[in-house]
Amino acid sequence: MQSLSNIESKRRPLFFRKLVDRCVRIFSIFSITLAIGGMLWILWTVISHGIKVIDWGFLTHPSKPYGIPDAGIANALIGTIFITLGSAIISVPPAIAAGIYLAEFAKHSKTGNFLRFCANVMMGMPSIIVGLFVYIILVVPLGTFSGLAGSIALSIIMFPVVMRTTEDMLGMVSYTLRESALALGMTRARTTLCIVCRSAKNGLITGILLALARVSGETAPLLFTALFSDSWPTGYFSHPTANMPVLITEYSTNSPFESMHAAGWGAALIITALVLIINICTRIIFKEKHGK
Amino acid sequence: MFATDKIFRLACFICASIIGLLMLGFFIQLICSSLIAWEEFGISFLWSSEWDPVDEKFGALPSILGTLITTTIALIIALPLSFVSALYLVDLPAVIGKILSQALDLLAAIPSVIYGMWGLFILVPIMQLHVQPFLVDTLGLAKLPFIGRFIGEYYNGFGFVTAGIILALMILPYICAIMRDIFKMTPPMLRESAFGVGCTRWETAWNIVIRYGIRGLLGGIFIGLGRALGETMAVLFVIGNMTELPLALFDSGTTIAATLANNFAEADGIQRGVLFALGLILLMMSFGIQVFAQWYLHATSANRGEER
Repeated sequence: MQSLSNIESKRRPLFFRKLVDRCVRIFSIFSITLAIGGMLWILWTVISHGIKVIDWGFLTHPSKPYGIPDAGIANALIGTIFITLGSAIISVPPAIAAGIYLAEFAKHSKTGNFLRFCANVMMGMPSIIVGLFVYIILVVPLGTFSGLAGSIALSIIMFPVVMRTTEDMLGMVSYTLRESALALGMTRARTTLCIVCRSAKNGLITGILLALARVSGETAPLLFTALFSDSWPTGYFSHPTANMPVLITEYSTNSPFESMHAAGWGAALIITALVLIINICTRIIFKEKHGK
Repeated sequence: MFATDKIFRLACFICASIIGLLMLGFFIQLICSSLIAWEEFGISFLWSSEWDPVDEKFGALPSILGTLITTTIALIIALPLSFVSALYLVDLPAVIGKILSQALDLLAAIPSVIYGMWGLFILVPIMQLHVQPFLVDTLGLAKLPFIGRFIGEYYNGFGFVTAGIILALMILPYICAIMRDIFKMTPPMLRESAFGVGCTRWETAWNIVIRYGIRGLLGGIFIGLGRALGETMAVLFVIGNMTELPLALFDSGTTIAATLANNFAEADGIQRGVLFALGLILLMMSFGIQVFAQWYLHATSANRGEER
């Protein structure tokens, strides 16, 4: 009886409960509008500022110090492509092999769990720390900033992402497929490479492209590794290499000139468009075949 | 077992162990490079607030406090927003929910330097011309006896609050995506039972869904926390970059990551060692947070790797 009266005293009127519910509902609509609205606002700003400076000359001329006409961002664009592709070449093969190890050989083992934990932790590492690390191990011994160092920094960021994606994608392949392949007398290596990886191909490509899109906009590690230069990225292995994110940073924070800011917005538009297009295309093309 | 299999397995294992070695290497390298600073200033480096490159006197306190303040502001703003957004996303009809989820994923994909640039050219002027004058002068918050001290009378658009807002916008999609996944994992039976006994949607969420997924939610929060802690570019643009002890929320200040990005190019000798020591502190902080996050998330999922 005591407990019943307790409940009785805690009872709140239905009107009040419905009111709270309605308020939360309105608040959630508000907050999701805020998030999406924020994104649209940022995109709109970038587009409206950036579209004004983009023309053929802007895309084909290299960047120049303030005051020299015919400046563009072509060297930074090519430099970013070099650095990003370089990082993919360095990190994707070992990362996929690492993912294979986690998914095929170490699903529940202690080593596997430890490495999985390491990968998760590394995924959350601040990218600026990666920059510091590569600076110590590469830039100091070689005595020079270089595009290659930038590539390696980005590849360290990419590695755990691709590794975990590979593991997840391979984990989705059904065991009957593996067993059939093994029953036909294939070795474990061939089963994995020719059957399991092939059937998970779309997922793998999605993961790699999304990781690429993510690192192509990374700035902090490049500040200490690739740096920036106004020349064409011919000295990828031995000289500072131009790239988009650092160009944006330099132009918008370290320059008082309106025209540099405008060029920064143009570069911002191009890198954003690149990242978003890769994201959207990847999601659309591989959506149905994703098998999730 | 065939020989090729053994070789293949070994090769895969070597590749996988790279990640462990890298993590170890981070710690070893940063400790070695920062030894010079620890020897010079000792452990009091952590709570010394001096920053004088000319006299070569350095302390980490302004940067550490700045990092904590911006991260706290970001979490205070982003947490309730992402929590209710995630609730709403789960309840929506599938098609709209999917579109909104995709939009949030895209929001997470925008490079941080773009957020920073937007903050510098759009948000800072708005804060300076509209928000801060309104709060400080019109509402007179700075005159209030106790709160006023924390808000500060001086403002120029830059500072902790602006950085916190940008960070909140950045980590919102991350936290929201994790929370959404966790809400989806609540067994439908539980939710339906709650509705069955007459709970409203909010009561169901608050009493049932949260209890069920609390560990996952904490993990998600820690992931967001980790991102906010280490974010460099978005903060660098709007924090104001003053290496002084933060006194008020509208003050300009600095964070560990911003100090690193700002001073590294000109630094040499002892200052470089100091910057590596700051890097080590940041590494420790985010490592601790990641360990917590993984500890909490471990219980809830094994396959959310690609989201982050």
